[in-house]
Amino acid sequence: MTTGSESTATGAGPAVPPRRSPLVAAWRLLRTAPATAWLGLAVLAIYIVVAVFAPLVAPYGESEIVGQQYEPWSETYMFGTDQLGRDMLSRLVYGARNTVGIAILTTLLSFVLGGSIGMLAAVIGGWFDQVAGRIVDVLMAIPQLVFALVLLSMFGTNVVNLILIIAVLDATRVFRLSRAVAMNVVVLDFVEAAKLQGERRGRIVAFEVLPNILPPLVAEFGLRFCFVFLTISALSFLGLGIQPPTADWGSMVRENATLISYGDITPLLPAGAIAILTVAVNFIVDWFLHKASGLKDER
Amino acid sequence: MNPLLRTLLQRLGLGLATLWVVSLIIFTMVEMLPGDFAKAILGQSATPETVAAFERQIGLDRPPVERYVHWLGAVIQGDLGNSFSSAGSLAGHERTVASLVVPRLKNTLFLATFVAIIAVPLALALGLLAALYRNSIFDRMVNLTTLTSISVPEFFVAYILMLFLAVRLPWFYSLANVDADTPFLERIARCALPVMTLVLVIVAHMMRMTRAAIINLLSSPYIETARLKGLPPGRVIVHHALPNAWAPIANVVALNLAYLIVGVVLVEVVFVYPGIGQLMINAVSSRDIPVVQACAMIFALAYILLNLTADIAAIVTNPRLLHPR
Repeated sequence: MTTGSESTATGAGPAVPPRRSPLVAAWRLLRTAPATAWLGLAVLAIYIVVAVFAPLVAPYGESEIVGQQYEPWSETYMFGTDQLGRDMLSRLVYGARNTVGIAILTTLLSFVLGGSIGMLAAVIGGWFDQVAGRIVDVLMAIPQLVFALVLLSMFGTNVVNLILIIAVLDATRVFRLSRAVAMNVVVLDFVEAAKLQGERRGRIVAFEVLPNILPPLVAEFGLRFCFVFLTISALSFLGLGIQPPTADWGSMVRENATLISYGDITPLLPAGAIAILTVAVNFIVDWFLHKASGLKDER
Repeated sequence: MNPLLRTLLQRLGLGLATLWVVSLIIFTMVEMLPGDFAKAILGQSATPETVAAFERQIGLDRPPVERYVHWLGAVIQGDLGNSFSSAGSLAGHERTVASLVVPRLKNTLFLATFVAIIAVPLALALGLLAALYRNSIFDRMVNLTTLTSISVPEFFVAYILMLFLAVRLPWFYSLANVDADTPFLERIARCALPVMTLVLVIVAHMMRMTRAAIINLLSSPYIETARLKGLPPGRVIVHHALPNAWAPIANVVALNLAYLIVGVVLVEVVFVYPGIGQLMINAVSSRDIPVVQACAMIFALAYILLNLTADIAAIVTNPRLLHPR
């Protein structure tokens, strides 16, 4: 779709501009980005660097006990120590890896699941569409966090269950979106042509539908990531998500929350780390949506 | 039949059907319990007799369909069964789920009503203003603030408020531990911080959605026509925009009150407020399935009722249905 409209636009113009390299194109796009999007991208880059190079950045090990419990901020322990005497800064750094990693994995899983079923529902239609649609309706009839709580109490709280449960529940939203946008694509001639050629459904979904619904899915990925990230953090905060001794921001808030009543700001650091990342991703998504939709300024 | 009445009945029927399916899901999930569940609850030291007695007590010796009908019938009559926390003690010292849930449900409803009374008018007013003065400095600032506050976790907001407004500046109670005897005014004072947290989060969501709904409405061709024929702005808003705005506004309010259900769980845990959210979290940790089931049913019921109310409000205020041709 995009390539079609572009070629007509350039064909009608008097001079055809030379094809820009992707890097130059990306730079041009970035130059038009508002300050908030720049801020978001910068924050995201810092988080990625910290997560990837966690062992190099952190002064101590992930669950290494280095001092007394609840030591104050000092030169040896920049943000003090936690309830077991582990270095707070090191746990914050490893938390970037664990918390964000698990959230990304969950979001990817929910996109693979929801996206493929959604596109298949649009391509196959009929009974498959009906069955998938009704199942999603039912799954969405219970508030997501409450449903997750029920499932966790059934299957027990561990990381694998957490990832699977949140991914399945979140896939309902991805299903709705990908089905809706894929519906607009499957009625187009090139999909019809592919069908008549006898292409298999999997190929039609992967090579005809998917490339054409990618932009809205990418924006949705940012939004869903934030949602999943907040849900997992909330569950960890409640003690039902990522389990100790894994360093995780939600659990860290819970473990150190008593310090709040002494006026200490330390428990807010992991909560702040969560908040800054979601705000940053939202800033980027906001800009992306603004660009993609032109006039509409809300989703 | 009157088309309005027919649509209403259809929607009500759909709501009831959803509720039935939800009850079926919540019940079926108990069916999928792992086999050694009784052992997990009673501890490894449980004797085979205790395990058998416990399984009989929760009815695992009867066929599933019979148990479902029995359970559903009891739930409809308000009997939610017995909590597992008293299971194992065979001496008939049982705590009913209802005795645990009802006082806490009242507390949660108090909190939610308190929040709704403040948040709904505030959010609608802010959203309307932001939509009318779109792209002004005011709109941009509000947009940035709300985008930020919908992106941060609820417990972050809660702890910030607690740290600064209750610990560093001792203006409010840091914990909202009320009981049945707490006088009304003290109850309000103790709930101040949880209410503030929820209002901040809900207002941000609701305001953004109101703004989007109003902007969407104001950009429709018939509003432009009304403007172009020279009607005063007030008349355009009240006589042209408002009749069609009720449906999206009702939708926004209901959606966000449904969101409140989720927010309330976290906020209750942070402020140690004895509500149903905290009860559910404790029940999930100790795998007290009857209590989890009851809480989930109540949350789902509230969620479905709110969505139903929004749909009905949208139907009864829809000018096309109110004045059929």
